[in-house]
Amino acid sequence: MLYKPFVVAALLAASCGAQAASDADLAAIRSQIAEMKQSYEQRIAALEQKLSQAEARSAANPLAATTAATDARPVAIASASSSASAFNPEVSLVLQGQYNQMKNVPNRTITGFWPTEDGTNQRGFSVNETELMFAANIDPYWRGQATLSVQGDSVEVEEAWVRTLGIGEGIGLKAGRFKSSIGYLNEQHAHTWDFSNAPLMYNVLFGPAASYVEDGLQFKWLAPTPLFVEFGAEVGRGASYPGSDSNKNGSGAGALYAHVGDDVGVSSSWRAGVSYLKTSANDRQADFVDVNGLPAQGMFNGDTDTLIADFVWKWAPNGNPKYQNFKFQSEYFVRKDNGNLTCMDTAGVGNACATPVTGDYDTRQSGWYAQGVFQFTPEWRAGLRYDQLDSGRQNLGSNIANLALPDYKPQRATAMVDYSWSEFSRARLQYAQDKSMQGVTDNQLTLQYIMSLGAHGAHTF
Amino acid sequence: MIRLLLSLLLTLACLPASAALQVFATAPEWAALVREIGGDKVSIYTATTALQDIHRITAKPSLLAQARRAQLVVATGAELEIGWLPLVLRDSGNAGIQSGQPGYFEAARYVNLLDVPVVLDRAQGDVHAAGNPHIQLDPRNLFRIGEALAARLGELDPTNAPAYQAGYKAFTEKWRTAIARWEKEALPLRGVPVLVHHASFVYLENWLGMKETGALEPKPGVEPSSGQLSGLVARQQSAPAKMVLRTAYQSDGPSLWIAGKAGIPAVMLPFTVGGTPEAGDLFGLFDDTVQRLLKGLR
Repeated sequence: MLYKPFVVAALLAASCGAQAASDADLAAIRSQIAEMKQSYEQRIAALEQKLSQAEARSAANPLAATTAATDARPVAIASASSSASAFNPEVSLVLQGQYNQMKNVPNRTITGFWPTEDGTNQRGFSVNETELMFAANIDPYWRGQATLSVQGDSVEVEEAWVRTLGIGEGIGLKAGRFKSSIGYLNEQHAHTWDFSNAPLMYNVLFGPAASYVEDGLQFKWLAPTPLFVEFGAEVGRGASYPGSDSNKNGSGAGALYAHVGDDVGVSSSWRAGVSYLKTSANDRQADFVDVNGLPAQGMFNGDTDTLIADFVWKWAPNGNPKYQNFKFQSEYFVRKDNGNLTCMDTAGVGNACATPVTGDYDTRQSGWYAQGVFQFTPEWRAGLRYDQLDSGRQNLGSNIANLALPDYKPQRATAMVDYSWSEFSRARLQYAQDKSMQGVTDNQLTLQYIMSLGAHGAHTF
Repeated sequence: MIRLLLSLLLTLACLPASAALQVFATAPEWAALVREIGGDKVSIYTATTALQDIHRITAKPSLLAQARRAQLVVATGAELEIGWLPLVLRDSGNAGIQSGQPGYFEAARYVNLLDVPVVLDRAQGDVHAAGNPHIQLDPRNLFRIGEALAARLGELDPTNAPAYQAGYKAFTEKWRTAIARWEKEALPLRGVPVLVHHASFVYLENWLGMKETGALEPKPGVEPSSGQLSGLVARQQSAPAKMVLRTAYQSDGPSLWIAGKAGIPAVMLPFTVGGTPEAGDLFGLFDDTVQRLLKGLR
C-alpha cells in the first residue's frame, strides 16, 4: 500500500507539468500579441493625450493651464545622491540607562532552578548595553545585519547574520548569529521590551541574556494562505545556555516552531505559536549549595528539551494604535533535562562531594508569565505583569544526599508606567515585588530611559 | 493523514494562480487608483483604512500573509510606511515584491515631492528625508502615478496590458473633467489661511492655493502641546486663520479646542478614500474634500 501515495503524487505532478507547459506556450503567444497591441495603443493614447492637453490649454478656464503645466512636469525620480556614502547602511544606536533600588542579595538565583550567572544584583545608577546596529541590502539576493552591544569595556557581537531576499515561495533562509525565533519575546531586543527586565521564565530558560542566540542556520516558510501560518526550523552550534559549546561536526542544537495569526475585525490582531528547542550540554557547570549549606560545584552532561507556547493579542480602536492601544501577551514553558550531574568540591571547602559523585539528573520544570500594557494617550502607557515558575520534578539520583535543591514556586509581580516623547525616546518607572529567591521578598524600583538615534526602527508585531 | 496532506499540497500547487492579478495596496487611495485602472482584472487587498495613521501600523501577521500572496505591492514610499512595510516585504518570503523588483511600486517616485528638508535632524521631529509623503491630495499627481501604474500592471500581466491602458485612459478623461470642476468650485479657497493638525495637507493647499499658517503639532509626529496651542490662538490676532484642518484618523481634541478659542470652524477632511461616508472612491474623496472646505469657509 505504501506505493499508492507516490503514484498519486507522481500523477498529480505529471499533470501539473503538462498543464504548465501548454499554458506557457499559450502565454508566450498571448504576450507577443499583447505587446504588439500595447505598443500601438500606447502610441495612439499618447497622441490622444497630447491632443486633449492642447484642447485643455486653449480652454477659457484659467486653472486648466496649471493642470496641464503640472502634468507636463519632468518626472522626479527620487534623486539619489551620487556620493559613495549614499550606499551607507542603515545605522542606529540605542542608548539605555537606569537607576535601580533593591535589596543587596549577592549570588542572586532563582530558587529551584539551575543556577545561572546572574547580573541583576546591580544597584544604583548604571548604563545598560549600548546597541549599535548596521543593516542593509547586500545585493538583490541578500540582506545583512549586525548588532554590536557595548557594555563596560567589552564589545559583544549580539547578532550578525545574512538572510535571503530572492528565493520566493515564502521561503526565508538566515545564516550567522541570530536570536532564535522560538517563543514570542526571544527574538526581540531588550530596548523593545515593555518592561525594564525580561520575564522570569526567560532568565530560567536562557540565563541572564534572557534570549536564546544561535550560531547556525534558520529556515522559515510562510504558507500561501489568507491566514498567517509560518513554520520554521533552526540548526546550529548550540553554545548558548541551556546548551554548551562542543567542538564537533554536525549540529549541536535544533529548534522547530509554528506561528499562526490573523485579524479579528479591524481593531484586533493576534498571533499564537508553539516552539520546541533541543540542546545538549557537555560539562555545563554551576555553583550549587550542598545539604550543609556549603558551596559545591555541579557539572551537567545531557540533553535539554524546551517547549514554549506563546500568545499575543493587540487591540486598538479602528486598528489605529497611535492614540490608544492594548497589548496582551503570555508565554508558557515546560523544560526537561535528561542526563547526569557530577557534584564536586573544586574549592576544597569540605562539602558533601569531597569525592566527586555522579548521579542521574532528570527534571521537568515549567513556568509562565502574562502581561498587559495599555497605551491611554499617545505619550503614556501603563502595564502589569505576573511571573510564576514551578520547580517541578527534580530527580537528582545519588546526589540527592549531597545537594540542596528545594521545591519552590518563584513568583514576581511587576507594574510600570512609561512616557514617550516621540517614537524614538521613552522613559519608564517600574516597580516589582520579586519573590524569585526563597525567603527573600525584594521590592525593586527601576527608573529607566531608552532612546534610539539613526535609522527608523521597525514596528514588529 | 500524511497521504491526505501530500495530495492536498500537490493539488494546491497545481491550481492555476487565480485569474486576477493580486495587488497589495498600503493605503486606500492606491487601492482606489488600481481599481480605476485595473477594474475586474485585479484583486486588491488594502492594508490600512482611512481611520488609521499609516505611519504607525505594525507588521501584523495578516499583512505578512497577504504580502506573501501579492504579485504587486503599491506603496506611497518617501518613508511613509518605513516602520512596517520593509519588514512585511522581507518576512513575506515573496521574491517578486522586494524593493527594486517589478512587483514593488512606489507612487512617490513619480511626483515632485514638496517640503524636502534641507537639514536632516530629528530635532525637527519625525521628518521624512525624501519630502512630504502625503501626495494623494493633489489630484494632478494621479496622472503620472496612474500612468506609471498602468504600465507596471501591464508589465506584470501582459495579457491584460491593453485593458490597463484603456482603464487608465478612461480614468484620465473623467479625472481631467473632474479636476476642472473641483478647481472651479474651489476658487473661493484661493489664498485662504488655514491651520492644520499635522502636515497632511501640503499638496492640497498647493493645489488649491490655500495658505498654511501653522500646525498644531509643534514638530511632525509630536503631539500638540498646550503651549503650542495657546501660541497658535495668540497668533490669530496678527495672522488669523479661517479654519483648522485635520484628517479622519487624527484625534479631534486639539483642533476643536483651537476652533472654540479662535472662533473658527474645525474641518475634518477624509484625507483618503473611506475617510467619510461620501469619500467612497477617488472622485468622492475630492468632491467631499472640496465641499467640506467650502462649508468651512461659509
